Amino acid sequence: MSSRRVVITGIGVIAPGGVGTKDFWSLLTEGRTATRRISFFDPSPFRSQVAAEADFDAELHGLTPQEVRRTDRAAQFAVVTAREAAADSGLEFTGVDPHRVGVTVGSAVGATTGLDWEYRTVSDGGRLDLVDHTYAVPHLYDYFVPSSFAAETAWAVGAEGPATVVSTGCTSGLDAVGHGAELVREGTVDVMVAGATDAPISPITVACFDAIKATTPRNDDPEHASRPFDGTRNGFVLGEGCAVFVLEELESARRRGARIYAEVAGYASRCNAYHMTGLRPDGREMAEAVRVALDEARLNPEAIDYVNAHGSGTKQNDRHETAAFKRSLGEHAYRVPVSSIKSMVGHSLGAIGSIEIAASALAMEHGVVPPTANLHTPDPECDLDYVPLTAREHRTDAVVSVGSGFGGFQSAMVLARPERSTA
Amino acid sequence: MSGRVVVTGLGVAAPNGVGAADYWAAARNGTSGIGRLSRFDPSGYPARLAGEITGFDADAHLPSRLVPQTDRMTQIALVSADCALADAGVRPGELPDYDMGVVTAGASGGFEFGQGELRNLWSKGGQHVSAYQSFAWFYAVNSGQISIRNGMRGPSGVLVSDQAGGLDAVAQARRHIRGGTRLIVSGGVDASLCPWGWVAQLASGRLSTSDDPRRGYLPFDAAACGHVPGEGGALLVMEPLESARQRQAPQVYGEIAGYGATFDPKPGSGRAPALQRAIEVALEDADTEPGGIGAVFADAAALPALDRIESEAVTKVFGPRGVPVTAPKVLTGRLNSGGAPLDLATALLAVRDGVIPPTPHVTPAEEYDIDLVGSEPRRSALRAALVVARGHGGFNSAVVVRACAG
Repeated sequence: MSSRRVVITGIGVIAPGGVGTKDFWSLLTEGRTATRRISFFDPSPFRSQVAAEADFDAELHGLTPQEVRRTDRAAQFAVVTAREAAADSGLEFTGVDPHRVGVTVGSAVGATTGLDWEYRTVSDGGRLDLVDHTYAVPHLYDYFVPSSFAAETAWAVGAEGPATVVSTGCTSGLDAVGHGAELVREGTVDVMVAGATDAPISPITVACFDAIKATTPRNDDPEHASRPFDGTRNGFVLGEGCAVFVLEELESARRRGARIYAEVAGYASRCNAYHMTGLRPDGREMAEAVRVALDEARLNPEAIDYVNAHGSGTKQNDRHETAAFKRSLGEHAYRVPVSSIKSMVGHSLGAIGSIEIAASALAMEHGVVPPTANLHTPDPECDLDYVPLTAREHRTDAVVSVGSGFGGFQSAMVLARPERSTA
Repeated sequence: MSGRVVVTGLGVAAPNGVGAADYWAAARNGTSGIGRLSRFDPSGYPARLAGEITGFDADAHLPSRLVPQTDRMTQIALVSADCALADAGVRPGELPDYDMGVVTAGASGGFEFGQGELRNLWSKGGQHVSAYQSFAWFYAVNSGQISIRNGMRGPSGVLVSDQAGGLDAVAQARRHIRGGTRLIVSGGVDASLCPWGWVAQLASGRLSTSDDPRRGYLPFDAAACGHVPGEGGALLVMEPLESARQRQAPQVYGEIAGYGATFDPKPGSGRAPALQRAIEVALEDADTEPGGIGAVFADAAALPALDRIESEAVTKVFGPRGVPVTAPKVLTGRLNSGGAPLDLATALLAVRDGVIPPTPHVTPAEEYDIDLVGSEPRRSALRAALVVARGHGGFNSAVVVRACAG
């Protein structure tokens, strides 16, 4: 068994309501919401007209005009956030062998926004079946295959080790960090720049979630539209954003005196093999992922101080994961604080798993658990402590963060202090 | 456990043959699947050649409710997974669900499905977008659908590294198996031969504009002028060697013995390309000297600058004309995420039969000091082969496959 352990030493975040980790954490601890009526295009033809949008200016955040021109918004998020994470880590990347630095970027839907608007142009508003290549942007191939996100990120930090995009739908953000941690653990690399990004707020995304009534139609009250675990919730709120981490091997991080936010102590992913969008109410596969992740971290359920829920705000999800927590954590599920930051920053598909890891690591750093905003009238079938409305001071040494997504993917990650005592 | 991970089943769908046996016969005989695009009228586009799969009938193989919910690439992937499992003699229902997983490579998702829904959106309005769009086009669709169809609930995933992704997926599957999972379906299948996918691929600037199917895709040739895109790929059943032997699998094609992946330095940095290192890492991981490799299945970009990087990497590792190099993909076109898994299947069959398939129509330019297997297949008692794959942007991956007998 390998003795290499993996820790988070740098964090970068872009989320609705704030660019940068500091603004993100203020939003969460103040329990503010960043959901609003969609401003990127006229949402009035759509059933759901609400989203959590980030106020982001790529050039203001250091991208050159050429970088801005050739990249989708999601790639821009990744580059800016990777730089923030690298700076936050204090690691001198120029002093590390580039071959020993790798990149994993999670994304559920890649450059879907760029593709949406490009299709509109080359098809002349949907009129041409044989779309016109002479109107295509030169970087259309980089929208076509989203591994361009990993390429841009690798260039941003000078990585020449393995680079890839992880795309497992809405668990991508957990799976990309899990994959990155595995590469460090097995010794393929010493440093990983790992995280996830998505910028899906475009007509095609809104339309496709409208079609299955997955997103909320609470258009008259956008600020309070994302209501996980609340009895009045009626769908998720689309979001966007990115979080990226610097992952390092524990001993080398200690040697250089790095700030260690948390160890990536356990991770597992399972499939429900049930339905592309449906969930079985018993939460069996998510519970299994949590169980295996705890096992890998060598922690009992009772050691978990905080559960960062998927908490998308669909009735199906909220009941599914409540069942999964009871199944995997036993009685402790009723005692441990569980919250969903999607109540504040929406559901940014593949990115949110990484953004939630950031929230979990920051909860450990600050001893504060973020709340579930808008939770006024709990669903009687969701009977755990979801930390309603107000952040809570709470010493947090170990966290479980979970994700659930289309395709049936269920993932769980355990973050813990490296110096913890294990079961 | 030895940690050795082997391939026991192959599911292949290629423009020159559907099913491993038909494809392998075509690859050995130099039968090409490249021709003028027939799926739509290509005359208005600068590139008109493609490798199309003909005669694939989704309705004959899949439940009628599934067909309208899935893109062509997913239909081909589901049938290929069925073939691979049947070939391996595995009935998924007989294994514990958490002991089986699916790790595929993606590239552009169900792009043709997405094209139809984008057309509905922009020509008719958002309310005309299909309820299936949300899960028919995204990159995770093939892994998800294969998992559902076969009740596989173990560790799974989807990796995207353009044309290198298929090797990364197989390496990830190997990790999961070494971590204790008994069986993984891995590989990749892609199909984006629709006008919208065509325009996106044209934007890469890497497509051949030739109209001659025999002269369209000529890697390492002085006349190299880009590649021909195709559709299809391969899915492999992978499991631990011990478990394959214990259950008396019908065959063990070979071992996924070594893997290496690197990313090229940023253009303009002045640093050397990283392909050679990926090959070296794969050889080291396989614990083999270059002399142990009997054939190299090249990435074969067919652009002079990229062919030069590849031939130099091969020459530096194996010596001038030190190893037979082949590119059977000139008969299929480049299959995005499906190409490298198809090369893995081809390499395993080459090792099984002692035949290196040919690279028809290519005459290597003098500047490349490589031993390219020409128009005829070459007999060889090879025990191991190297598969090289590169993705747009700088992705380099390499896998060593090796015979397991003895």
